[in-house]
Amino acid sequence: MNASSSPDENAPKAAPSLEFTRAAAQKTTEFSVERGFIFAVARDLRLAIRSKGEVIQALAFFVVVVSLFPLAIGAETVLLKRIAPGIVWVAAMLSVLLTLPRLFASDYLDGTLEQLLLSPFPLSLIVAGKIAAHWLTTGLPLALMAPLLGLQFAIDSNELAVLIVSLLLGTPILSMLGAIGAALTLGVRGGSVLVALLILPLYIPVLIFGAGAVAAVSAGVDYDANLSLLGAGLLFGALLTPFAVSAAIKISLD
Amino acid sequence: MSMAFPATAQLITRDEFCASGLALTRGTRCLFDHLSFTLNGGEVLILRGANGSGKTSLLRVLAGFTTADSGALQWNGDALKPLGSLARCIMFYVGHANAIKDDLSALENLREALHLDGVDIKSMADEVILRTLDQVGLLARRDLPARKLSQGQKRRIGLARLALIDKPCWLLDEPTNALDAEGVGLFTEIVNGHLANGGMACIASHLPMPFTGNVREITLRVSA
Repeated sequence: MNASSSPDENAPKAAPSLEFTRAAAQKTTEFSVERGFIFAVARDLRLAIRSKGEVIQALAFFVVVVSLFPLAIGAETVLLKRIAPGIVWVAAMLSVLLTLPRLFASDYLDGTLEQLLLSPFPLSLIVAGKIAAHWLTTGLPLALMAPLLGLQFAIDSNELAVLIVSLLLGTPILSMLGAIGAALTLGVRGGSVLVALLILPLYIPVLIFGAGAVAAVSAGVDYDANLSLLGAGLLFGALLTPFAVSAAIKISLD
Repeated sequence: MSMAFPATAQLITRDEFCASGLALTRGTRCLFDHLSFTLNGGEVLILRGANGSGKTSLLRVLAGFTTADSGALQWNGDALKPLGSLARCIMFYVGHANAIKDDLSALENLREALHLDGVDIKSMADEVILRTLDQVGLLARRDLPARKLSQGQKRRIGLARLALIDKPCWLLDEPTNALDAEGVGLFTEIVNGHLANGGMACIASHLPMPFTGNVREITLRVSA
């Protein structure tokens, strides 16, 4: 960005009157390109705050599902401790799935999505912003609530720490993969079930590495590899999903 | 505001939007074929035709949402890639849906929409936005959530947005739906200001459109 904008800044000094307006125009477009991401994050966060209910529902669902297991299985500490990471991860996955429809469906229904496509901001940046806002309102609170739930399963602080880190690294991947599914099923009847069928298989690697990291700690094995793989997945996803989701949205609106 | 500077229209070189050989088939039905037109700055193209004759589809092709079976779009002689960076700076589309968030107020909706249209609202004085809201009759209701506004009032947020954006080519799909007579008058005034400023518009409508610029019509027919 900086390299390309510097010649424009020099131009108005040479020929102030007409060139200035042109350089100014170019500057505003370059300026706004970077702001597309921030704009989308701020907008979706504001909308999430206005309809808090939906955010809280997903969190409550997470708590209830995780709490059902100790009740069903009984107070067998050793067994609960062993299955805890898997249960927390599956429950987190299901609550993220619940929230996926609100990612694009309301924008699709009220015509905002068309406006996003025709905005001077690149769609991929707007989409990246929407995914980030989605994670901030689902994945992040889920990860922060995990310690509370961990207590029910009597898991120790080491495992708890790794569980939180694995959720912090893994839930953004859930949001990103989910966004692809949500974009592809826009306007499809029964879309939410279809998203689940489409996306859950893709979630399996995240589940394996996420729950695996915690299991490794309990087994006293090195857990770095699991977390590194989650981190790699996160970077890879951050790089590619905005483009995949943009393409999916364009297909859905055709 | 766009209508404030009609005198500058002559200074600006006139933009030219050219569609050539557009064709679109939906299922077995050919909606339009070999459709060509050139639209210059200051001109309006009104799309007429019975329900289901393809007016919305044509507008969506022009906006770039729908890919035409054949044909090409040009802007001042340059190929216009659907939803490319050039198209996103030129094209403004409003469909049947208002793109209004029920949870945001009229003022917030307007600000967000303008921001999305690439208008630098940070440098735009609040006064300008408020005056425009006053002109469309929403000043007193600016802080109400949009869910409490009527259909026509939501359309009026769209009118305020039209008055403030600076994209040259407007694609409007039945923009006067749900508007009362006064609202239609306001709409006409805003489009006239846009035309005087060297802008152009394609409007699908069933109503008479008394614009001051060069008005042309295309009538789409329902094929068997």
